[in-house]
Amino acid sequence: MSLAFLDTISRWAIPFLLLVIPLVGFLRKVPVYEAFVEGAEEGFTTAVKIIPFLVGMMVAISVFRASGAMEALSQVVEPFTSRMGVPSEVLPLAIMRPLSGSAVLGMATELMKTHGPDSLIGRLASVMQGTTDTTFFVLTVYFGSVGIKKYRYSIVTGLTADITGFIASVYICNLIFK
Amino acid sequence: MLNVIWLLLLVSGIIVAAINGNVEVVTQAALGSARGAVKVCFDLIGIMALWLGIMKIAEKAGMVQGIARLMKPLIRRLFPTIPPDHPAMGAVILNLSANMLGLGNAATPFGMKAMQELQRLNKDSDEASEAMCTFLALNTSCITLVPATIIGVRVSFASANPTEIVGPCIFATAIAMTIAITLDYWFRRYSPWRRIP
Repeated sequence: MSLAFLDTISRWAIPFLLLVIPLVGFLRKVPVYEAFVEGAEEGFTTAVKIIPFLVGMMVAISVFRASGAMEALSQVVEPFTSRMGVPSEVLPLAIMRPLSGSAVLGMATELMKTHGPDSLIGRLASVMQGTTDTTFFVLTVYFGSVGIKKYRYSIVTGLTADITGFIASVYICNLIFK
Repeated sequence: MLNVIWLLLLVSGIIVAAINGNVEVVTQAALGSARGAVKVCFDLIGIMALWLGIMKIAEKAGMVQGIARLMKPLIRRLFPTIPPDHPAMGAVILNLSANMLGLGNAATPFGMKAMQELQRLNKDSDEASEAMCTFLALNTSCITLVPATIIGVRVSFASANPTEIVGPCIFATAIAMTIAITLDYWFRRYSPWRRIP
């Protein structure tokens, strides 16, 4: 896929939605502005509802990271993962992936600055950033917004998918880019 | 499960900080991120309002239900407990499409709308329904066809080929998504944690 093509998609996606939905609505006789305001009203309550859940999650994650516990954990698992072909530099990124999107983006940027975007580390960091999502953030926010407190098996599913995505990223990058 | 993880994050952090002799880091991190979390929510208000407004237009114009009807064969298998042309399914599809296009800020409001609809069918229980678990399994492992942010970072560091990571990303997420769907199906149908026998 060419850069120009992807660039066009990402630049046009939002203007396209903002154009097509109101236009189709108008043609189907929807009072578009009134409907917009009616829907937008819910924005405030929904955003405010997730505050307790987000505070709980973000405090725990930032204590875990700032205290050095995350680095300690990555040192513990390093001997195992290095045998799988995981450079030790990307390990903290893999641990943070399900926890915090902004932290991971910062780490990936830092790795590319130090090692270059076209190094194995830089490519692996890019692929891991683009693979799977911040499972904990999504579960916290989505469940929190409707008041669900018992997540049942969804954490296991999400984390297994994250680990799978991580292993698959390492495998494919070692295969293609090494 | 979440209780244990949450506690472990806190406890391990405080123990490590104590061993390193800098417990004050914990105080700073805790207070700072508590304030940061509220800032994230406040930043979200405007974006939420925008997309929920647009979504309401789409709903009234019948577009949300239309999308759901279009994807009926797929939805019926993944979400057997949800009536196929229920508005929840339209919101689910919109959320997943926004995720695929890398439109994170539009994906979140669509996703919350989907959760609200699913919660209505869940009779406002405080326990996640099967459909919610399936939705979040899809959401967190969703393929990103246009990882715009990371491509932007690669461009800024003068990568020779900024988009070369798109293929590997799709490969890795496809595998992650397959595992997520399979595992979710197993949990829903066969595991000891299933609700309906």
